[in-house]
Amino acid sequence: MAAKTLTIDGHLVSARPGETLLAAIRDAGITIPTLCHLDGLSEVGACRLCLVEIEGQRRLQPACMTMVSEGMVVHTNTPRLQSYRRQIIELLFAERNHVCAVCVASGNCELQRLAGMVGMDHVRYEYLSPNYPVDISHPRFGIDHNRCVLCTRCVRACDEIEGVHTWDVAGRGVNAHVITDLNQPWGTSTTCTSCGKCQLACPTGAIFPRGVTVGERPHASERIALIVEARKQRW
Amino acid sequence: MGQRIVIDPVTRIEGHAKISIHLDEAGNVAETRFHVTEFRGFERFCIGRPFWEMPGITARICGICPVSHLLASARAGDGLLAVLIPPAAEKLRRLMNLGQIIQSHALSFFHLSGPDLMLGFDSDPVQRNVFGLIAADPNLARNGIRLRQFGQEVIELLGGRKIHPAWAVPGGVRNGLSVSGRDQIRAKLPEMLAIALDAIGRLKQLTERYQREIETFGVFPSLYLGMVGPGGRWMHYGGKLRVIDHTGKMLIDELDPIDYRDVIGEAVEPWSYLKFPYIRALGYPGGMYRVGPLARINVCSTMGAPRADTELRELREQAGPVIEGSFYYHHARLIEIIAALERMEMLIEDDDLLSNELRADAGVNRREAVGVSEAPRGTLFHHYKVDDKGLITDVNLIIATGQNNLAINHTIGQIAQSYIRNGQFDEGILNRIEAGVRAYDPCLSCSTHAVGQMAMEVELYDAQGRLLDRVSR
Repeated sequence: MAAKTLTIDGHLVSARPGETLLAAIRDAGITIPTLCHLDGLSEVGACRLCLVEIEGQRRLQPACMTMVSEGMVVHTNTPRLQSYRRQIIELLFAERNHVCAVCVASGNCELQRLAGMVGMDHVRYEYLSPNYPVDISHPRFGIDHNRCVLCTRCVRACDEIEGVHTWDVAGRGVNAHVITDLNQPWGTSTTCTSCGKCQLACPTGAIFPRGVTVGERPHASERIALIVEARKQRW
Repeated sequence: MGQRIVIDPVTRIEGHAKISIHLDEAGNVAETRFHVTEFRGFERFCIGRPFWEMPGITARICGICPVSHLLASARAGDGLLAVLIPPAAEKLRRLMNLGQIIQSHALSFFHLSGPDLMLGFDSDPVQRNVFGLIAADPNLARNGIRLRQFGQEVIELLGGRKIHPAWAVPGGVRNGLSVSGRDQIRAKLPEMLAIALDAIGRLKQLTERYQREIETFGVFPSLYLGMVGPGGRWMHYGGKLRVIDHTGKMLIDELDPIDYRDVIGEAVEPWSYLKFPYIRALGYPGGMYRVGPLARINVCSTMGAPRADTELRELREQAGPVIEGSFYYHHARLIEIIAALERMEMLIEDDDLLSNELRADAGVNRREAVGVSEAPRGTLFHHYKVDDKGLITDVNLIIATGQNNLAINHTIGQIAQSYIRNGQFDEGILNRIEAGVRAYDPCLSCSTHAVGQMAMEVELYDAQGRLLDRVSR
């Protein structure tokens, strides 16, 4: 099949047919923020950070869910996009309790890094300051919903790679939260294999190894892609 | 017709406070109060957190003495794990606390109280600050800055950063000391000791000049509480508690920190966010006690460090076996810096410091524990309860400044009464009252960590000083 040619931020780029715009943008060496996307997992287009402007289309499109097509003219970093991205990050901070200073993921956190990337120096929205419980009933891991951004990377890693689907999402809108099995303490889950892939996939300090202290949770999300790649070679 | 004098804010202390002084019709002091006007809430919002996070969270109570909270919290965590931590971790924690004592005491003596002591209580208030001190005595000011820097460097070499290192954890510490770090500390010790000995020499020369202040700054009988090690040696981490009275009689000795509640009660007053701890045996407010440098050098039998012991003996000869005046907190602070440097000299040669066995691993094996460290300002208690998984269900923190609260109030009253007569006072006198507070080096950011006793009182006075209205909740 013939390669597709498109224009990204003024550069002519060629991409494979069926490739996502996000992959083409990254192949072109352009940095674009993402949060719910994780190499090795399916796309959900939930976080809206990778929205781009495509000439001839009124609506913004998420790059991770849009396929490349011939002659596309794409802008990835317009003032409008910058403003939206900052708003998205601010809303994420306002929605739960993200306190970097005392967080197990500080220094290794994608949300923290994104806040720096989009230039968030303060949050313009009122903090909701919810009072979510911490679940450390699992012998090896803990989940702190206060730090969850609902990216669902844990849900997809558990379902698509480990294949057990322990994690899912309950509730709607601002009340949505991730759950294990039938919304029960993680330690009582009968499906969890304790593999830890959810913890690898988590972009923040929401899922962490039990017993870690400030800034101690390593960031190892790229290992999800390594696992997927390794399986392809074997099977 | 009464008059009310308000000093707001009190300067050169850590945190926010005001002092109010009520005069009677004759213009003499009727009542004084030290109001702490900050409000924090740590005891409440820590509930529900995994206890492993507590050292990192509680270290944020204070930017001056985060290490004290870190160590008390980690020690409480050791208790919840029910482990004996590796010897290297124990020694490294001690080393960091010595660095902390040095840097915080240097800040108090040189930066905060130095301007009063070296320039004079009545000197021009525009110059009476650290910049004035730099202008008047650059060498002394430089020494103070270098000493503080050294203490901070010790903290950084161990914890990776000077402020809020998340280094001590339940079960031990996260990193050891490198050989180059050890050599760096060892190389600087002689210079630092020379600075500390010079500073105490300078302070001793001021005794005659400040005779009246020495006699009126918080000279009253009180109890003293502090930590001691084996044989009654001066101790700042890992020891047992001792309480003595103003005659030197030992009321309590060998108290395990876990039993602190049997000994210490906490009262609340409507006009301050600060709680008022007292020794139960003597009731409230008769059980007033002091903590911190003065208390520690009073309760200990020996500093366990030769040059510091020489200074302590000299001070006891001059001021009595139990040193009563709050002015002597300054002397005590310098003696402790000397002792800390000497202890560091001994500790630094221990090869255990370079060990890689630093952290004991365990689950929740106890549901309640108390961790105590001697903060620069005094004995610090962290008391936690957890559920079977390790989530915090209850927190009680007793902070040094809180324990000195009664004594600080008493000191203000004493200074005000002796200097203010017939409604006559000037700026120098008000500065002495502030200096009486400063002697305790209070840290109000630390001490107003609590929630649950919302103490708030608003008083409305007319131009003549008559109380028109009072709202309290």
